[in-house]
Amino acid sequence: MTIATRRAAPPDAVDFLGIDALLSDEERLIRDTVRGFVRERVLPDVATWFEEGYLPRELGRELGKLGLLGMHLSGYDCPGASAVAYGIACLELEAGDAGVRSFASVQGSLAMYAIYRWGSEEQKREYLPRMARGEAIGCFGLTEPDFGSNPAGMRTFARRDGSDWILNGTKMWITNGSIADVAIVWANSDDGIVGFAVPTNTKGFSASNIHRKISLRASITSELVLQDVRLPESARLPLANGLGGPLACLNEARFGIIWGAMGSARTCYETALEYSKTRVQFDRPIGGFQLTQEKLANMLLELGKGTLLALHLGRKKDEGTLHSSQVSFGKLNNVREALAIAREARTILGANGVTLEYPVIRHMNNLESVLTYEGTSEVHTLVIGAQITGIPAFT
Amino acid sequence: MKIVVTVKLVPDPNAEKRIDTSTKRLVRTGVETVLNPYDEYALEAALQLKEKAGGDTTVTVFAMAPESLKETLRKALAMGADDAVLLSDPALEGSDVWATSYAMSHALKKIGFDLLIVGGLSDDGSTGATPGALAEYLQTPLVTNVRKADAEGNSLKLERETDTGYQTVAAPLPCAITTALTFGEPRYASLKGIMGAKKKTIAPLTVGDLGLDREVGVSGSKTALLAANPPAARGKGQVVEAADGATGAKAIFDFLKERKLV
Ligand SMILES: Cc1cc2nc3c(=O)[nH]c(=O)nc-3n(C[C@H](O)[C@H](O)[C@H](O)COP(=O)(O)OP(=O)(O)OC[C@H]3O[C@@H](n4cnc5c(N)ncnc54)[C@H](O)[C@@H]3O)c2cc1C
Ligand SMILES: Cc1cc2nc3c(=O)[nH]c(=O)nc-3n(C[C@H](O)[C@H](O)[C@H](O)COP(=O)(O)OP(=O)(O)OC[C@H]3O[C@@H](n4cnc5c(N)ncnc54)[C@H](O)[C@@H]3O)c2cc1C
Repeated sequence: MTIATRRAAPPDAVDFLGIDALLSDEERLIRDTVRGFVRERVLPDVATWFEEGYLPRELGRELGKLGLLGMHLSGYDCPGASAVAYGIACLELEAGDAGVRSFASVQGSLAMYAIYRWGSEEQKREYLPRMARGEAIGCFGLTEPDFGSNPAGMRTFARRDGSDWILNGTKMWITNGSIADVAIVWANSDDGIVGFAVPTNTKGFSASNIHRKISLRASITSELVLQDVRLPESARLPLANGLGGPLACLNEARFGIIWGAMGSARTCYETALEYSKTRVQFDRPIGGFQLTQEKLANMLLELGKGTLLALHLGRKKDEGTLHSSQVSFGKLNNVREALAIAREARTILGANGVTLEYPVIRHMNNLESVLTYEGTSEVHTLVIGAQITGIPAFT
Repeated sequence: MKIVVTVKLVPDPNAEKRIDTSTKRLVRTGVETVLNPYDEYALEAALQLKEKAGGDTTVTVFAMAPESLKETLRKALAMGADDAVLLSDPALEGSDVWATSYAMSHALKKIGFDLLIVGGLSDDGSTGATPGALAEYLQTPLVTNVRKADAEGNSLKLERETDTGYQTVAAPLPCAITTALTFGEPRYASLKGIMGAKKKTIAPLTVGDLGLDREVGVSGSKTALLAANPPAARGKGQVVEAADGATGAKAIFDFLKERKLV
């Protein structure tokens, strides 16, 4: 019974399950590096960015310098990191703010990945190195005012004109839209859904910001209008064909969200735990009340389970055995639980929970967007439902 | 130019430090070990010099630490150092500055260098005596608190940060310097750096490799640490009741002025 008699160390209050030990030294170094960057470059100012509704452009270059943009792609000046390493970076960025993580997700997993997976060699050489450095910013235009969960019905249309294409349509809720140098635009055509890498200085392309957002405020969200935008055939992503094109990109970004959501959750839990130990009511720390302890314990359970789930799915992705419905499983569970953790944390902070002096309500509000974008929680529920019953229930 | 940077591996300064009362040494288990903060600045200086000099300039990091802390050195390699040397031996345990710098100097001679960059102060022992002792054992000049360095042929032009400004100093190679924090903020390791670091070597050295002619470790040390105590708990502080903001502000101002802080 040598194993049973070994003395078990008391667990850490945040990494209760000792998940750290499941990471390699290299993965831990990536985590510490991104965490350090977030502590020094994001946390001091993020409440202000959130309040004022922007994200400094400079941050893109800094993320590029660290190698976090398109980090899981290889070649074209991208580092070729593992899926787990990418997930860890998403978690640490979102522990700062989901807006910062969204910037990296859209740049790396949506815009860069679209070019990487579906683009021509010339497109890859033209865009990927500059985007990896954060010098060129990309956005990803799929959603339209009338077509969100059902993108197949999109109205944006690409018409052939000799060897050129003429694009017309409107894209809505596009992250990084107005700061982008290149927009990946998905459009219907006589040959079905096609994708384009549109330089945003092309005549007829315009982007305006969506204001009065109360969630993901440290992130730019725009409406794109394409009015007789004329593009050469060389702007089309030659390998994309049908809805599978954009969906493959979304699958990449969703994977990062499975991790990112646990970053938001961790910050909320840590904040609530710390607060509960120092806030005194009825002459004792509120962390001493059974009701508070139940909240904290429940938060810790879901944080631990969700982080393990993220790591498990990450290892599967690196192994090449991750199915897209398992990504739905992860996104549905982890965003839902992160939101529950954020709301619970908010109650522990009392009135302080509703101010930007503490990170909790910022994360809580952010998570409402995360619940909706990259496939709503309902859509992911239906993906899982269709997978286990064999009966799609979308329509 | 061959640059060697000494890097001490210390318990995370952000963690609560604990001292084992029986051994008088820092408890290292359960606390993460990091690169000594001053040494990150020293490494940043080395990397900047390498970038400026280009050519065949190399940066080697050197640490004397238990073998179990080897992976901590990987961060220095991820930041951009070319390789590392780790001197570990149970015989070194409990060395004071006298013994530490003696052992280190022999290792550094073996490694060889044109420029030795040493951090100004460790976060744990904090004697600040190692740089001077190393220069003595190595018989090299030592320029402290350097904020800027330029290699000019076989010598260095250095700027030393002082309280009143800065001095410009020339020194021949080989030479030892300590860096001021104004040299430049240590860079973040990039993802490519991190991924490349696992292919770089951390060469091991033991006391047997050094050909020492005197003892190291506890028996080779002259000083003994008898106790390491936490600072006395802070007093209650002074509470001033003020009738209004202006009186309050004046009370604070007077308090600061009395202590010559304004
Ligand atoms: C901050 C933010 C950033 C975004 N960034 C981008 C971006 O960069 N690029 C991009 O293309 N898009 C982006 N989006 C858009 C996002 O992907 C869509 O909002 C999302 O797909 C949902 O579409 P919708 O808002 O039109 O909602 P709808 O599709 O209208 O859904 C409304 C409700 O109906 C439910 N519903 C819809 N269909 C079904 C069904 N069959 N069964 C059950 N329930 C159903 C939904 O789950 C939801 O609860 C962003 C959104 C936000 C909020
Ligand atoms: C709490 C405590 C108190 C101590 N007090 C004393 C004391 O009063 N007198 C005494 O002689 N010893 C003392 N020691 C031992 C001393 O810490 C070690 O000998 C140490 O390796 C060198 O001294 P330092 O840590 O003070 O480094 P400092 O001289 O403050 O460090 C300056 C620089 O030297 C380099 N350096 C120092 N040590 C190493 C290393 N091991 N590897 C690589 N680079 C290194 C680093 O670049 C560092 O930035 C003490 C140790 C502890 C833990």
